[in-house]
Amino acid sequence: MNPTARLLLELGAVLLGLGAVGRFAGRIGLSPIPLYLLAGLAFGTGGLLPLEAPASFFATGSEVGVVLLLLVLGLEYTADELITNVRRQASVGMLDLLLNGLPGAAFAVVLGWGPLAALAMFGVTAISSSGIISKVLTDLGRLGNRETPAVLSVLVIEDLAMAVYLPVLTALIAASSTASAVYSVLVALGTLAVVLIIALRYGDVVTRFVGARSDEVLLLRVLGLALVVAGAAEAAHVSAAVGAFLLGIALSGEVAEHIRGLLGPLRDIFAAVFFVFFGLSTDPASLPSELLPAAVLAIVSVATKLITGWVAGRRTGVGPAGRLRAGAALVARREFSIIIAGLVGASVIPAFAPTVAGYVLMMAVLGPLAPRLVDPLARRLARQAAARRADPPAKKRSHDPRPRPSGEPSDREMS
Amino acid sequence: MEVEVEETRLPGIGLRHDFVTAQGRRIGVISQRNGVRHVVLYDEEDSDACAATVELTLEESEVVAELLGAPRITERFARLREQVEGLATEGLPIAPGSPFVNATLGNTAIRTRTGASVVAVLRGDEAFASPTPDFRFRAGDRLIVVGTKDGVSAVRALLASG
Repeated sequence: MNPTARLLLELGAVLLGLGAVGRFAGRIGLSPIPLYLLAGLAFGTGGLLPLEAPASFFATGSEVGVVLLLLVLGLEYTADELITNVRRQASVGMLDLLLNGLPGAAFAVVLGWGPLAALAMFGVTAISSSGIISKVLTDLGRLGNRETPAVLSVLVIEDLAMAVYLPVLTALIAASSTASAVYSVLVALGTLAVVLIIALRYGDVVTRFVGARSDEVLLLRVLGLALVVAGAAEAAHVSAAVGAFLLGIALSGEVAEHIRGLLGPLRDIFAAVFFVFFGLSTDPASLPSELLPAAVLAIVSVATKLITGWVAGRRTGVGPAGRLRAGAALVARREFSIIIAGLVGASVIPAFAPTVAGYVLMMAVLGPLAPRLVDPLARRLARQAAARRADPPAKKRSHDPRPRPSGEPSDREMS
Repeated sequence: MEVEVEETRLPGIGLRHDFVTAQGRRIGVISQRNGVRHVVLYDEEDSDACAATVELTLEESEVVAELLGAPRITERFARLREQVEGLATEGLPIAPGSPFVNATLGNTAIRTRTGASVVAVLRGDEAFASPTPDFRFRAGDRLIVVGTKDGVSAVRALLASG
C-alpha cells in the first residue's frame, strides 16, 4: 500500500476509535483520558494492534498537545488573580505541595530510583489536574459551593508552583554534572523570572500584538506565538509547557476569552493525541509488574489530598461536609504527571514511565469519582453539624437517644 | 432592610455573589467571564453546598433580571397607597378617543382642576416619573394619579370628556 494511504487510514482509524471511546466514557460519566491512555497502550509497540505509520505524527502532535493544554490553562487566569492568590493562600499551597509531593519522593527513594527520579515523583503526586477538577465541579453543579474557592485557590498555587518546578526538573535532566546542573537551573530560573515579569506586567502589550478582527488571523497568530515561545522556553531549559502557560497568563481580557473559545476544539484533539502518545511509548508488557506499587501510591495520594482539602476548607470557614468535599475534589491527577513522565523518559529509570502510567490511570478514574463517592458521608456530616447547631451539647436534649428522622433537619422541628 | 451581598472571587472562573434572604435561604449568582451565569440555591441543611444550580446564557439572565426588576414600580405605588391614609392612587388609561390624546400635561391643567397630581406616566414598557408640563400624552398611556378619592374620580371623568 502507498505510504500516504496507510498513514491516513491508520490515523483515521485511531481517531475514530478515540471518538467511540470518548462517547462510551461520557455515557458512564467518566473522564475519557484513562481510556485514551489504554488505547495508546493497545496501539503501541508490544500492544494488541501495533501501528507503524502515524507514530511520527503522534510524536509531534503530543508536543503541540502539551503546548495547547498549558496555553489554555494559562488563559483561564489573570495576572492579578495569581498574585492575590499567592499572597493569601501561600501557607495552604505549601502544605498541599509538601503533603502530596513528599510521599511520591519517598516512594522513589524506597525503590532506590535516585534523587532525580525522587524529584520527578514529587511533582507527579503533588500536582492535581485543574482540567479534570473544574470540569467535575461544573458538571456536579458545585461551582457555587462555599468550599469551591478554597479548591480553586489550591489549584492556582499548584499551577504556579508547576511553572517553577518544571524548569528546574528540565534543567536537571539536561545537565551532566553537578556544576552544570546548578548553572542550568540558575539560567532556567532567571529566564523564567524575566518571562513571568513580562507576562504579569506587560500582558496588555502581548494581547494587543495578537489581537485581530478575523478569527483565522487570530488563531494563526496565537498558535504561532505559542509554539515560538514554547520552543524558545525549551531551548532555555524552561520547558515548553511553562512557556505556553506563561503566554496564556499574559493574554488577557476579551481577547483571551475569545481565544479560549477558538482553541478549545483544537486543544481537545491534540490533548487526546498527547495522552495516546504516552500510551504508545509505554510498553504494555512492563505495566502489570508496576500496578501494585502504583496502587499503593494512589491510595496514599487520595489520603493526602483529602487532608489538604480539609485544611484548606477549614481555613475558609466551611463546615465539615464542605471540607470533605474539597478534599475529594482535589484527588484527580493527570496531565502534569504525564508531562513529567514524558520529560524523564526511560533514560533515568525504565520502570518510571509504566509506574506513572498505572498511577495516572487510577487517579484519572478516581478523580471524577471521588467527589461523588464522598457525597453520602458529606451529607451525614452536614446533618450532624445541623443537629449540633440546633441542639447545643450543654442542653439535656442532646443526649436524647431518639433517632432523628433522616432528611428532616432538627431546627425545623423546633420552630 | 439593606441586603448584604458577599462577593467571592473564583480564580479561573469568575465571581460569585451571594446573600441570605429574610427567610433564611442563601442564594447566589456565579458570573463566569465568558458571560454564562449560574443561579445557585444553597441547601437548607448544609449551607455550604448548592442544592440546585441553573445555568443561564447572557440573554436568559437578562430576561430574569427584567422579570425581577420590572414590577417594582407598580409595587411601589401599591405600597404608597397603603401607607398614606385618605390618599388615593390609581392608574388611569387614556382611551384612543379621549380629548387628552396629543395634549400636554400643562394644557390639561389636571392639578388645578381636580387637586390630584399625575406623578408618573406608563407607556408600553417605559415609565416616565414626574412628567414635566410639556409632556405630551398619547393614546394608550396610563397615568398614575395621586390625590383625594374625589380628586382621582374627577381626573377619570376629565379623561373621558375633557
